[in-house]
Amino acid sequence: MKKEYILLLIFFASLVIYPFIFENPFPRHLLIMIMLYGTMGIGWNIIGGYTGQVSFGNAAFFGVGAYTTAILLSKYGINPWFGMILGCVFSSMVAVIVGYPCFRLQGHYFAIATIAVGEIVQILFTNWEYAGAAVGIYIPILEESLWNFQFHTTKLPYYYIILVMFTCALLLCYAVDKSRFGYYFRAIKDDPDGARSLGINVRNYKLVAFILSAILTSICGTFYAMYVLYIHPANTIDLWLSIHLCILVLIGGLGKIFGPVLGAFIFIPLTEFTRVYLGSEGQGIDLIIYALIIILLATLRPQGLWGMLARSRT
Amino acid sequence: MNEILVIDTVTKRFGGLVANASISFTVGRGSIVGLIGPNGAGKTTLFNCISCYYNADSGRISYEGQEITGRSPDVICRMGIGRTFQVVRIFKEMTVLENIMIGSFLRNPGRKEAEENARDVGALFGFSGKFTLQAASLTISEQKRLEVARALATKPKVLLLDEMMAGLNIQEVKEASDFVLKLRDSGITLILVEHVMEGIMPIADKVVVLDNGEKIAEGTPNEIINDDRVIQAYFGEKYHAKRRKNPAQV
Amino acid sequence: MEGVLAQTLVSGLLIGFVYALVAVGLTMIYGVMDVVNFAHGDYLMLSMYFSYWLFILFGMDPLYSLPAIVLVMFGIGVITYYITIRPIINSPMLSQIFVTFGLLIFLRGLAQFLWKVDYRMIPDTLVSGSFNLGGIYIGRPQLVAAVGAVLCSGLILWFLKNTKAGMALEAVSEDKEAARLMGINSDRMFALSWGIGIASVGVAGVLLSNFFYVFPEVGGQFCLIAFVVVALGGFGSVVGAFLAGIIVGLVEVVSGYLIDPSFKFMFVLSLYLAVVFIRPQGLMGRK
Repeated sequence: MKKEYILLLIFFASLVIYPFIFENPFPRHLLIMIMLYGTMGIGWNIIGGYTGQVSFGNAAFFGVGAYTTAILLSKYGINPWFGMILGCVFSSMVAVIVGYPCFRLQGHYFAIATIAVGEIVQILFTNWEYAGAAVGIYIPILEESLWNFQFHTTKLPYYYIILVMFTCALLLCYAVDKSRFGYYFRAIKDDPDGARSLGINVRNYKLVAFILSAILTSICGTFYAMYVLYIHPANTIDLWLSIHLCILVLIGGLGKIFGPVLGAFIFIPLTEFTRVYLGSEGQGIDLIIYALIIILLATLRPQGLWGMLARSRT
Repeated sequence: MNEILVIDTVTKRFGGLVANASISFTVGRGSIVGLIGPNGAGKTTLFNCISCYYNADSGRISYEGQEITGRSPDVICRMGIGRTFQVVRIFKEMTVLENIMIGSFLRNPGRKEAEENARDVGALFGFSGKFTLQAASLTISEQKRLEVARALATKPKVLLLDEMMAGLNIQEVKEASDFVLKLRDSGITLILVEHVMEGIMPIADKVVVLDNGEKIAEGTPNEIINDDRVIQAYFGEKYHAKRRKNPAQV
Repeated sequence: MEGVLAQTLVSGLLIGFVYALVAVGLTMIYGVMDVVNFAHGDYLMLSMYFSYWLFILFGMDPLYSLPAIVLVMFGIGVITYYITIRPIINSPMLSQIFVTFGLLIFLRGLAQFLWKVDYRMIPDTLVSGSFNLGGIYIGRPQLVAAVGAVLCSGLILWFLKNTKAGMALEAVSEDKEAARLMGINSDRMFALSWGIGIASVGVAGVLLSNFFYVFPEVGGQFCLIAFVVVALGGFGSVVGAFLAGIIVGLVEVVSGYLIDPSFKFMFVLSLYLAVVFIRPQGLMGRK
């Protein structure tokens, strides 16, 4: 156990110290994206990895978080941190509306519903004048400060904000994993009828998992809105965002605390690499690679790379 | 109240098939009731109705004076009815300890207490030293024991055991029967679906016999083994007729 | 006003038949083996590309290339089953969802890589243009697609009810164990269901290529609609899928007409949520 704590410490220390050693903005941006996707991946992992309910629509929560913040700030001047909280509230509501009818049915009903909700949210925002329709919303430029959640001269504060969010997400997942909730989630994934015979209200626990997932994804949407300062349907509620989350958690390891972390550290650089170096010629190759990995993992060993690493150590 | 469980004219159909036809009997508090009958008699269906995995089409089931027909299985468990399954179900991806802990969490929401409780319950079943094993790696009879341990961790007042003794050898059957008696002595009411007569007959206070969806007999084990209809159901007309001709020959 | 409504209804009906055909394959695979093919729409996309390239490279009109493409798609369906689905037939639903999801990503990635993301359209097909029937303009390719869809769906239904193999499929769909006891080889039946399912969506793709844009993401839209249709019709029911396809086609155009065309898909998708809320087994599903 001790060795693992030391590795963990080194990991976080590296993340904290990194920007002071390397000043190149591109890797910094990459790390911000890794931690952003890592946080969302942790959110997806709670509902998909632990509880076994596959969601193909988590991008909807990202979009709700981003749009809520953007609209409140640009139209009513409401502080983005409050926007973040309200975004979480709305996302949780969406989670309950989707989950409540679907969670008493078989898994594929839920999976399809999440795709449908993602599309509905995208169509809504693409055609809703109030939300900027297809053009989207430009976040008003404010004075640089933590309170305003905006920084213009350097990306550094964003880096540390997302680092804090990422760390909190990991701590949350750790707490869930070790608590009654984590155990119940895993039981539900393993054998829901058996879980019921032990007094577990399966639907309610699935809802809790989904709400946690929604909140973690929603705060990332808010962060992203304040990071890029311009949001529109394509960069916030794309189906591919949902799919990317599934991919990175699957690769990294379902139901393991660090699965999404490993997945993000592999997925983001790999996607960037293929995009930059292979360009338009190589478009789609990364998808083919991911597809093959997913099919192999789902067929042979659903624990992902993290699980395989853990196995090889013991 | 002396009757902890009252089954009143319970009927369950699947399409054209009547799996349970107007079954009625009561279960006395702290007793051991055996539910026996040939294959396909409807025993497990009745269990599923009592534990609310199925909804009975008609009739009522009452527990501690409250009607429980039509509620959901998790509510039933929280009220105090636990069960095992005919085909053993355990959480394959979890360890032995974690399996029992899922049960313990019902009455011990905190993780430390749940783990402690699970260790205690596990020890009763001889799992000390095996807690970190993957549940899937256990033998079938160990898995069945794990299933009972898990159900017991929810502190039930009534425990429904579905073919717990299937596949056990004579020694194991004896141990299982003794264990059931111990459970009864600790205050739990037990209903056992069984085919292993050597296991259930010596310990049951009452035996209910089902055949083809109907209740054909109810009484003490002694009454049951001499009941004409029971013999007919198990051994068929020919044997029954033969035995009537020669009562000395068994 | 009346003319516009009638026009709308007719076009909704026509596209509804195509939706029905796409859904029939999807629901059949589910009915026979309890597997939801999340990549179903991308097989549609594949057949659309086949039709497009056969036209561009060899000048073959979609109506002529249809038989060949159907055979190829049948083969692809069978191969898909043996390579990717059979290994996970007894795995938990989670694995099944991820494997067909992996197929979805694979097919889209392949399409992006091979043919780029550009929108393509077959120019100058055999069936083109429109004609006027009592004041209503009916597009010829749309009509042909609808007729083709009805014929194909009907053929599949006839096959299921009147041939030995078809009845065996229905038997496996109803009760796998009982079918096995009767000597039906479920493995072959599963392969057959995939073959027919993918072949039927191939028919739909070729018919659509006459008038619909071809691009890697086109499968997504149709697949989602197919899910709504399958849910409304009842998972596993071919007849239900056919009826539901028509209903969904009509809902789409009517909601576009009554409320706003940009939101019509939103209403179709909300129909799915309504089905799940109110009557999960759909019109004709079991359970």
